[in-house]
Amino acid sequence: MTQSVVVQVGQCGNQVGCRFWDLALREHAAVNKKGIYDEALSSFFRNVDTRSGGDGPGIYKGKICSLKARALLIDMEEGVVNEILQGPLRDVFDSKQLITDVSGSGNNWAVGHKLYGYQYRENIVEKLRKSAEHCDCLQCFFIIHSMGGGTGSGLGTFVLNLLEDEFPEVYRFVTSVYPSGEDDVITSPYNSVLAMKELNEHADCVLPVENESLFDIVNKINQMINSGKLGSTMKQNSLVTSSAGSVKTLQEKPFDAMNNIVANLLLNLTSSARFEGSLNMDLNEISMNLVPFPRLHYLVSSLTPLYTLADVNVPSRRLDQMFSDAFSRDHQLIQADPKHSLYLACALLVRGNVQVSDLRRNIERLKSSLHFVSWNQEGWKTGLCSVPPVGHSHSLLALANNTCVKPTFIELKERFMKLYKKKAHLHHYLQIDGMEQSCFSEAVSSLSDLIEEYNELDATKGVPGTDPSRLKIAV
Amino acid sequence: MSIVTVQLGQCGNQIGHEVFQSLCSDIRGTHGLCSKKENQSYQDACKERFFWEEESGVPVARAVLVDMEPKVISQTLSTAARSGCWKYNNQSHFCQKQGSGNNWANGYSVHGPRHKESIMNLVQKEAEKCDRLGGFVTIMSLAGGTGSGLGAFVTQCLRDAFPTSFILNHVIWPYGTGEVIVQNYNSVLTLSHLYRSADALLVHENDVIHKVCAQLMNIKHISFRDVNQVIAHQLGSVFQPTHTPEGGPNYSRNPLGDLMETLVPHPEFKMLGLRNIPQIPETSLPYSTFSWPGLIKHLRQMLIANAQMEEGIDWQVRPPPAGSSTPSSHSTKRPLHFNTSIANLVILRGKDVHSVDLGSFQDPCLYTSWLNPQDAFNAWRTPRAFNKYEKSASLVSNSQFLLKPLDSVVGKAWNMFASRAYIHQYTKFGIEEEDFLDSFTTLEQVISSYSTL
Repeated sequence: MTQSVVVQVGQCGNQVGCRFWDLALREHAAVNKKGIYDEALSSFFRNVDTRSGGDGPGIYKGKICSLKARALLIDMEEGVVNEILQGPLRDVFDSKQLITDVSGSGNNWAVGHKLYGYQYRENIVEKLRKSAEHCDCLQCFFIIHSMGGGTGSGLGTFVLNLLEDEFPEVYRFVTSVYPSGEDDVITSPYNSVLAMKELNEHADCVLPVENESLFDIVNKINQMINSGKLGSTMKQNSLVTSSAGSVKTLQEKPFDAMNNIVANLLLNLTSSARFEGSLNMDLNEISMNLVPFPRLHYLVSSLTPLYTLADVNVPSRRLDQMFSDAFSRDHQLIQADPKHSLYLACALLVRGNVQVSDLRRNIERLKSSLHFVSWNQEGWKTGLCSVPPVGHSHSLLALANNTCVKPTFIELKERFMKLYKKKAHLHHYLQIDGMEQSCFSEAVSSLSDLIEEYNELDATKGVPGTDPSRLKIAV
Repeated sequence: MSIVTVQLGQCGNQIGHEVFQSLCSDIRGTHGLCSKKENQSYQDACKERFFWEEESGVPVARAVLVDMEPKVISQTLSTAARSGCWKYNNQSHFCQKQGSGNNWANGYSVHGPRHKESIMNLVQKEAEKCDRLGGFVTIMSLAGGTGSGLGAFVTQCLRDAFPTSFILNHVIWPYGTGEVIVQNYNSVLTLSHLYRSADALLVHENDVIHKVCAQLMNIKHISFRDVNQVIAHQLGSVFQPTHTPEGGPNYSRNPLGDLMETLVPHPEFKMLGLRNIPQIPETSLPYSTFSWPGLIKHLRQMLIANAQMEEGIDWQVRPPPAGSSTPSSHSTKRPLHFNTSIANLVILRGKDVHSVDLGSFQDPCLYTSWLNPQDAFNAWRTPRAFNKYEKSASLVSNSQFLLKPLDSVVGKAWNMFASRAYIHQYTKFGIEEEDFLDSFTTLEQVISSYSTL
């Protein structure tokens, strides 16, 4: 069994991360009835004896004493991290696995990346090494951050770089929250584009998320509850947005519901690596199957169902509806419509009581309405995990490498260019040591190249390809 | 003679478990329809072939379990032990922590050399436990990373370490509509490598078995377990003890050798397909009767028309009239209607086997002209019934059965290769474009050979 370490950077990263750990505990509590520290738990948690302090050697077998998250919390201001450490989850975090500062990054990528990066480099490496040492077999680093700010964006991508240098064999999966059009941070396009270059070059897989989509999903669920149609029959803890049953049940903060969705994304992504099933899908398989060319590693995700009704028997119709929903526009976690764009690859990770025949039936049913690139007409990767998420009997995570990310990137570039042409706010960045105009031109160039790669692929859509002629053998 | 089974990867281990389970439940059953003495002899032969006994009397499977991540093996070991009637040797497994990530290159070039010694040690130990080693059967899938990549490497090692032993690769052909996106690459690389080291490849296609489950076994929600159980039944029908024509009253002592001798006359032709009839839900067994002439007629037509099971057979297909040559075609556009065979083996088990007329299988127009029809066709008849089927017939065929699937997989892989998609994932671990080209060439050669039969 392998372990993963979560690095949460910045306000957004830490808030999402906090929800992740909360829901992870909830999930394991539901599965692990005996209180024995098992392999599944060890993928994200260490088991320590509190008497020797949180830093003690891990206990590998036997009962759970005290679980510590395999996490590193980084923020250049103290507010968010302090709140976590005073909240109900304080015991889950190792007090030594934090890096904080006081003044924040001022929504400035350069401050996060160049200034704090340089300042905290040794410290970060040391703490990463520590968490790696605690792992028997470290497979993956998960970075959670936002693109629009200063710390998550700048320092977060600095950490990404560092991970590639120090731990080249370990996978780097990045969950990035992209700014929406009406973002109130004026410099978010600069920060995002500068961060994109780093993601292009150093990440193995990126799971982009947009606040607008999360917001729409939350609204949709609220509408369903409030309309009274399904309210009483909906299992509260099954809502993909809910914290019900987790440690933190008191006041739900405004972003909690949205952050829970992202937390659930990560839980579902890693479920097959942690729990058993008839067709396992590990993280390295995700990277292998969904990344046909090194730079095209942006995966659009969707989670279904958004909630479960309380009735026990699930007729196949509802199961099939789950599959259909996974491809609909309003279940995607970014503003994109994969159905009308070109698929390079698609992964379906099913959890719970679903069999291979259900999977195959739905793939057959749906594939005619989807466009796959000519050299990957049957580009499906499937996984079956027996353990469903809390509150559900089954669920589906769809990951698509699809050209529908292109509009998001194009918009980002346009917003960037609007500011850059006028050189607005540029001086805030250029005054940072190590930052030059070329950083900007290189970053936008990297983004343009990426967009171009997607354009070339889109051009092949719908064009009937001729199969390349096969090798001829002399008889 | 004993057979050592090497189970590789998730698929290999899951199927291997069902196989041993099926063998055990067959020998313990009272459905043999034969004398007690005969039954005892059958049990002993099966045990010698597949199990050794420990002091407690529980049969231990002659198997080595290999996987690059621990979850499946630990499940397999515990489920077997729980059955109470057989188990695996707790020492006889090797696993790592991280898996192969569906990457053939990772399985072959990284895990292979790294773990060669440990794995071969385990194999050596199992081989030494056999009084007489009859050979190796490996079970693996083509689509993934461990079964396929590490499996290809291990097969090579087996060949190097046991140059005179028989090696049969039992391979699982993935569903046509992806389980794994890079499955065609992995399949091409595996098949080409296995072809060089193994004596024969016995193929089961997921699509075919899935259809059997859906249409013959009437299973509504087919799980991998259902598929694996059908595969295990079909394998059991081939590998359980049989009488060969020369063997006299005793069971054959060299099953793999006999198989190779009858079916693989030429090293260029190693692809074996398997069909088994009848296949019906277990609950229907007590209410069904079959006649040998009916079964044989269906089996023969399944062979000729390349049918996947006993329903939906195309009865229009007829062997070409004697003297004319069968149309050969390389392109996939013109389907080959008539399935030409190199050699066939029919295994009959159950009531009245000795009275069955198999003359229809000896018709020379079913075969190529190289072998005498008497040599091209063989039959093994065993009165002891198998797995509760009063009458059961299996066909192991070295014919054009697998030509279309092979052509399809190579075509799709080539199509993907032309755009160089995913290649960076392989070169990362040391498999270069040239290696791909070599594999393509090897398989195009095999396709060409089978097409021009």
